[in-house]
Amino acid sequence: MPSDPAPEDAPAIQLIDLHKHFGELEVLKGVSVEARKGDVVAIIGGSGSGKSTLLRCTNFLETPSAGRVVVDGEEVRVRADGSPADRRQIERIRSRLGMVFQSFNLWTHRTLLENVTEVPVHVLGVSRDKASEQALVLLDRVGLRDKADTYPAYLSGGQQQRAAIARALAVEPSVMLFDEPTSALDPELVGEVLRVIRDLADEGRTMLLVTHEMKFAREVASEVIYLYEGRIEEKGPPDQLFSDPRSERLKQFLQSIH
Amino acid sequence: MVLLIDLSGLSDALELLSLSPPGWGSNLLRGLVHSLQIAFGAFGMGLVIGLFGAYGKLYGGPITRDLLAIYTTVIRAVPELVLILILYYVGTDLINKASQAMGYGRVEISGVIAGIWVLGIVQGAYATEVLRGAIKAVPPGQIEAARAFGMPTLTLMRRVTIPAMMGFATPGLANLWLIATKDTALLAIVGFNELTLETRQAASSTRAYFTFFLAAGALYLIVTLGSGVVFGRIEKWARRGQPSLRGGGR
Repeated sequence: MPSDPAPEDAPAIQLIDLHKHFGELEVLKGVSVEARKGDVVAIIGGSGSGKSTLLRCTNFLETPSAGRVVVDGEEVRVRADGSPADRRQIERIRSRLGMVFQSFNLWTHRTLLENVTEVPVHVLGVSRDKASEQALVLLDRVGLRDKADTYPAYLSGGQQQRAAIARALAVEPSVMLFDEPTSALDPELVGEVLRVIRDLADEGRTMLLVTHEMKFAREVASEVIYLYEGRIEEKGPPDQLFSDPRSERLKQFLQSIH
Repeated sequence: MVLLIDLSGLSDALELLSLSPPGWGSNLLRGLVHSLQIAFGAFGMGLVIGLFGAYGKLYGGPITRDLLAIYTTVIRAVPELVLILILYYVGTDLINKASQAMGYGRVEISGVIAGIWVLGIVQGAYATEVLRGAIKAVPPGQIEAARAFGMPTLTLMRRVTIPAMMGFATPGLANLWLIATKDTALLAIVGFNELTLETRQAASSTRAYFTFFLAAGALYLIVTLGSGVVFGRIEKWARRGQPSLRGGGR
């Protein structure tokens, strides 16, 4: 990453004691996560466990009720109510966190190429030529170079999600955030998306990955976090967590999904 | 015999409509140009008001929202003819009072500018609702994705929300444009020499009512047909990337 203000050994991302409540409902009850450069942290848990909320608090799509978020050693400054205090800072930090959504969220009125160049050109100020050149390389990487001039609605879910990954890569993210990237896909399309994510993990990208794909999490993650009702119930290296879960709830969870 | 009378009637009509005097054709065309100027200006002003109004209604504070609700309700509740009378006389009166208070004399207000101002305020109320509906129809995920990548608010509006809502807004806006072209006729009541007033003057001077009003009707029709073609193109462009039948979904 160019021009990192942080010391070399700063974690790529730290979430410290995050709380989030929607009215009376407490969704996160103090969750801390840390990922160093190259870590792939998989976050698993049942529905309503708070795993998506945790990811969305990372880039302040949801405003955490309490807690701190530190990206590349830079802490997001917040007001008393928890909302970002400095709009420019949060926009800059967001642009370093490439997010991939469950429902792709590609911009439907733009071609795949335009989707991938949009943020580099209009947020990061990269020249259009340079961004297009880079976008074609990225689309090639996810196997969609021949679809560069196609609109998203004409593509399968798997193709759209691969394009969304290319869009996230185009910002040269410090950390990639995956929010259940395969949950909206037909079963036969899941593999092509997981292959792309695995390649990215193998080349040392830092990732927070919320997923239901336990087998995949076990294969690519460096650490797995099991969330239960807004708290970390258990965490550890994938082999230990999946083969020898200590928590009763995690045992039940792993049984229930097989 | 009958044919001869018909032909002489037709040639009389053509003479009356001729562009050079003693024909009144150039008067009608001048009226049409004024009508179109006012319609363009009012539609444009309506779009600007509508965009701010829609954003204000969707994201504004309670006071902004209340004020906008009063604006759209009142304007849409009162007949346009009455609004035109109120806004025109109140507006010119206020401007003159202000000008006299500052020590200038009475100011002559251009008919076109006053017409744009009056109809623009009316159009703005309807455009607010059309655009509010269109913005709400944009899938929230598209806006969320832009926020997640750190897009600043104005860029987001310009690059994501407005282009994404255009497909939903175009049919409603096309309606507003056609209403704008026809509402210009109401300005005849405050003495603007737009198409309808020019037609009436020509007709009453020559007693050829049928000829002139038929000609004016044809001009309005041509404007409508031309607008249909233009808006068809705009809609096709605005809906780019959206298959006409989304895989049978929805």
